[in-house]
Amino acid sequence: MRLGLVIDLDVCVGCHACAIACKEWNASGTIGPLSDYQPYGAEPSGVWFNRIRHYEMDEYPNNKTVNFPMSCMHCEDADCVTVCPTGASYKRAEDGIVLIDQDKCMGCNYCSWACPYGARELDRSSGTMKKCTLCVDRIYDQELPVEERQPSCVLTCPAHARMFGDFDDPDSAVSRTVRERGGFPLMPELNYNPTNTYLPPRRKPVIPVETQPKGGLKESIKQFANKLVRR
Amino acid sequence: MHPAFSVIFFTVASGAGFGLFSLLFIADTFKLGGGFTPTQLIIGGIVALGLIMFGLLSSTFHLANPKNAWRAFSRFRTSWLSREGVFAVVFMPLALVYLASIWFDAPQWLRETFGFMAAVLAWITVFSTGMIYACLKTIRQWNTPLVPANYLALGYASGSLLLLLGAVIVGLDTTPYIAMAALIVSIAAVLKAIYYFWIRSPGLTPTINTATGLTRAKVKLLDTGHTHGTFLTQEFGFQIARQKAGLLKVVVFVLGFALPGLMLVWVFNQQGGQAAAIVAALAGITGAAVERWLFFAEARHVVNLYHGAQRC
Repeated sequence: MRLGLVIDLDVCVGCHACAIACKEWNASGTIGPLSDYQPYGAEPSGVWFNRIRHYEMDEYPNNKTVNFPMSCMHCEDADCVTVCPTGASYKRAEDGIVLIDQDKCMGCNYCSWACPYGARELDRSSGTMKKCTLCVDRIYDQELPVEERQPSCVLTCPAHARMFGDFDDPDSAVSRTVRERGGFPLMPELNYNPTNTYLPPRRKPVIPVETQPKGGLKESIKQFANKLVRR
Repeated sequence: MHPAFSVIFFTVASGAGFGLFSLLFIADTFKLGGGFTPTQLIIGGIVALGLIMFGLLSSTFHLANPKNAWRAFSRFRTSWLSREGVFAVVFMPLALVYLASIWFDAPQWLRETFGFMAAVLAWITVFSTGMIYACLKTIRQWNTPLVPANYLALGYASGSLLLLLGAVIVGLDTTPYIAMAALIVSIAAVLKAIYYFWIRSPGLTPTINTATGLTRAKVKLLDTGHTHGTFLTQEFGFQIARQKAGLLKVVVFVLGFALPGLMLVWVFNQQGGQAAAIVAALAGITGAAVERWLFFAEARHVVNLYHGAQRC
């Protein structure tokens, strides 16, 4: 199994609900708490597993805003695991989820240097590195109804921009969607083979914004008539 | 990258210590300039080991959870950081046996064997320190073989200047020590110049387009999505003005290479003697520290592409 997420950049509305749901679930999850520093102060900051950035593609009038949620990509060739000197970082053989053993981490930050996606954040109160667990404490929970055995971010997304599934199964919903919509990984040139895949924004038609008359005989007569007739 | 002073101090001090120790072995083997007495060799060895220990201890200050530091020896097969620690620890008993065999006047083969093994491990350890940075694909300024080469050259340059100071203090013939220091310092200067030349051009690196996968048009950041700084901006956001970096490069070359070179001439001409050797060693080590600060300050991690950089 190779579990991961598909994120639809065409649909994401940038509401940050996935990040909030993630924080809510994981603050009390296996890797929690996710510390906040000065949450009500002048400089609020803290640990998040999921961050949403906003970009603009191309120039007016062809521009488009792209909302961009990012969490751990659960890479196939995860350098964050290779460089870890303590063995705290590991990748599970059975489902490919990359996790950090909080009891082994010494907080050297080296794994965060090796991660190109900014997925790992140091919790300054516990002194350990933390990251997305793909809600490993949810997706296998037999107590939950089957349809709820998914990561919090996927369940909460109001736009259905997120999908969860097994990329090793060519007939899974995620594999099919990636094939049909032309999904792509981020920074493939670094060869980390990220599992999470992004779906491109659709090519929307350019809405004409010209208000100038087109010219020609018909248009001139129309304008002449408009001048004559007083409304 | 945010330049952490504990790491800068660690790499400079332990590099100088390992350099001093292996050059001390060479000086002892070939009896350079008449050769140090056993007591002088042991004092030199203790200074080198002190620098190494001090450096290794200071490296634990940047850990957020140092109680787990002992686990860092466990992933020797994959992690350069782990290898660096293991090699440094293996070096220690070899170095101590070498110093003990000098003290107890052990047979020459024992002394030479352990001295040689300690010198080789010193080399491997400094190489591993460089590889901690050079193996990261995420930072193009570091992902080059010039990085371990620079770490070795600068460590040995600092070590050779310290050894020259020792030779001047105990009154040996300084000519071989001056020749050794001049050679190593000039190699270090040339390697550093190649490094600075190399990192000037970005080459084939990730851009904001490949980072977001939006390769069909120009992409720019509208909003980072966070209210205030995050771990990512604090750790990777550090940026140095090009002008300031240029000025610091001049400082590295003047303080780290030119001034020690000039002082070598003074020592050679018997002018100043001890004072000149002290200035050479201090300037060389300070230059190496400035170089190390700049090494961190100039490194741009690809995560900055998500925070608006067009290219790193």
